[in-house]
Amino acid sequence: MALLIEQSLNGIQLGFMLFLLAAGLTLIFGIMGVINLAQGSLFMVGAYGAAVVSAQTGSYVLGAITGLAAAAVVGMAMEYLVIRRLYARDHLDQVLATFGLILFFNQMTVILFGRQPLFVQIPSFLEGSVHIAGVYYPLYRLVIIGIGLLTAIGLYVLISRTRIGMLIRAGATNRDMVRALGIDIRLLYTIVFGLGAMLAGLAGIMTGPISAVQVGMGEQVLILTFVVIVIGGVGSIRGAFAGALIVGIVDTLLRAFLPSLLRHLMASGSEADALAGGISSMGVYLLMAVVLLVRPKGLLPANG
Amino acid sequence: MAEMAPLPQSKPKNVRSRLLVAQLLVILIVLPYLANLIGQPALTSLATRIIILAIAAASLNLIMGYAGLASFGHAAWYGIGAYVVGILYRHSVTGDPLFGLQLGTNQLLMTLPVAIVVAGLFAAAFGALALRTSGVQFIMITLAFAQMIFFFFVALKAYGGDDGLIIRRTNVLPFLNTRDGLTFYWICLAVAVAWHAILLRIVGSRFGRVLEGIRQSERRMAAMGVRTYGYKLVACIISGMGAGLAGALMANHMRFVSPDMMHWTQSGEFMFMVILGGAGTWLGPAFGAAGLIGLESLLGAWTEHWQVILGPLLVLAILFTRGGLSGLMRMIRGGSRG
Repeated sequence: MALLIEQSLNGIQLGFMLFLLAAGLTLIFGIMGVINLAQGSLFMVGAYGAAVVSAQTGSYVLGAITGLAAAAVVGMAMEYLVIRRLYARDHLDQVLATFGLILFFNQMTVILFGRQPLFVQIPSFLEGSVHIAGVYYPLYRLVIIGIGLLTAIGLYVLISRTRIGMLIRAGATNRDMVRALGIDIRLLYTIVFGLGAMLAGLAGIMTGPISAVQVGMGEQVLILTFVVIVIGGVGSIRGAFAGALIVGIVDTLLRAFLPSLLRHLMASGSEADALAGGISSMGVYLLMAVVLLVRPKGLLPANG
Repeated sequence: MAEMAPLPQSKPKNVRSRLLVAQLLVILIVLPYLANLIGQPALTSLATRIIILAIAAASLNLIMGYAGLASFGHAAWYGIGAYVVGILYRHSVTGDPLFGLQLGTNQLLMTLPVAIVVAGLFAAAFGALALRTSGVQFIMITLAFAQMIFFFFVALKAYGGDDGLIIRRTNVLPFLNTRDGLTFYWICLAVAVAWHAILLRIVGSRFGRVLEGIRQSERRMAAMGVRTYGYKLVACIISGMGAGLAGALMANHMRFVSPDMMHWTQSGEFMFMVILGGAGTWLGPAFGAAGLIGLESLLGAWTEHWQVILGPLLVLAILFTRGGLSGLMRMIRGGSRG
């Protein structure tokens, strides 16, 4: 039981991480109509920025700030140089151009930081465990959940309650009309892209101490994020939230419990482990297939 | 997407393009001799690779270029085709039964059709699901399904898992020595020519016209009473079969199969081949394959970090050459129509 609670919390934590990425992708897709594969690269930029600076200075906070800033700056530069020219193109061109960006970012990271993964210490003020619901749970992971929740609320407030959110929504509905009213829509788009990049960077920074910071970390999580978006419904932030939590929990629980379950059922332990490993890494994709069969537009689609 | 090059219709142009194709074919047939003549025998192996990848790219072109279905999971069928060869070979060596039957074989005439059929079956199953969506969701779903198949083979410890399968001997053919690089090159060339001929027939048929219509406006086709889903599914299956064929050949060429063959970057490369060569053109993907693999080899010979150069080059290609190489040619000739 304690294990179940702990693993569920882990699932929720992964879910919030995925939500940050999915929200950034959804924001960019919903407003600018661009599908950005390089969102995973921004995730990596954030993680590397934080890992390198916190290792150099010994200050996790400074590292986190650098990571966020690096992701935002790289993101806005990316928008200014490349993405801006892709708004009017079809999704295929967007996918391929951002695929080219991924090649560049991954190899650039190898040149700058080498192939060896970096490991980040959990900051001392976030070490230790908290007694919650009958289990001791690492404080750091709880903080991730908290930050994810705060970000979700912040995004909601930003989009539905503030002036810039109003402009963003208006820009998504009718770009030309917003421009006719005297708003610099290009600047607005750059800002939104920067915001999406920061969300990805934030996820990267927080992932650092949990798993290794390495080249290609972005793409693994990016593909999982696509699953989240397809399950939740393309272009809907609410859908991204629901999808992220579902995927996070299902993925974590499968990985945690399937091996022991199969070991009970099968004679050979190693075969059971291999099979469980296979099924649990495919689990979320199977879930996606089922959701598609039942609701092809996702659980909470953007319109209706 | 840029406008499609019209299919050869007018008589004089038809004759001219047939001549060009014939010239190209002659060059490809004598290419190994040329390679030996200029003292670069390794070129034959590179050309074999390009020809095999061209088969896969051409089959992706059927759904992506003609039907407008941007699949980001093409490498899955390619990898499955390769694994069919690898698994059948493994069983032919060990003699272990597969599904309770003695199915292992190393006869190319057996393994190729089986690879094609198996890849087609998988494409049918996953295509049927993925085609419930369209547009950007289709891109994401095909990517995710391919990733799932990738993970399946990573976890498939019985057949090497992460490490893949080594095929010690190339599949054999009666009367031909497939272990000879030159012979294998010509076999691949013959298969590629046959596959492109089939694709030309498909594209020119009523079925191909419907696909073209679906790309231009699926709603209009539906309004005309065409059940588009079936057409798209059949196109996906044919496309998957072509990729399976390419994978089976590649497994024989490299004598090695691993999950890396179905890595998502491989799918991305297939898409690039199609786009660079010109989506919806008959031979475009083949030229795209030659261009991309050639560029990779050149840059790779120059620096270990070739992707740092390739990435931005690809971005520039997408941003500034609409319709890939064929679009570039048109731009250079000044006859820009798009």
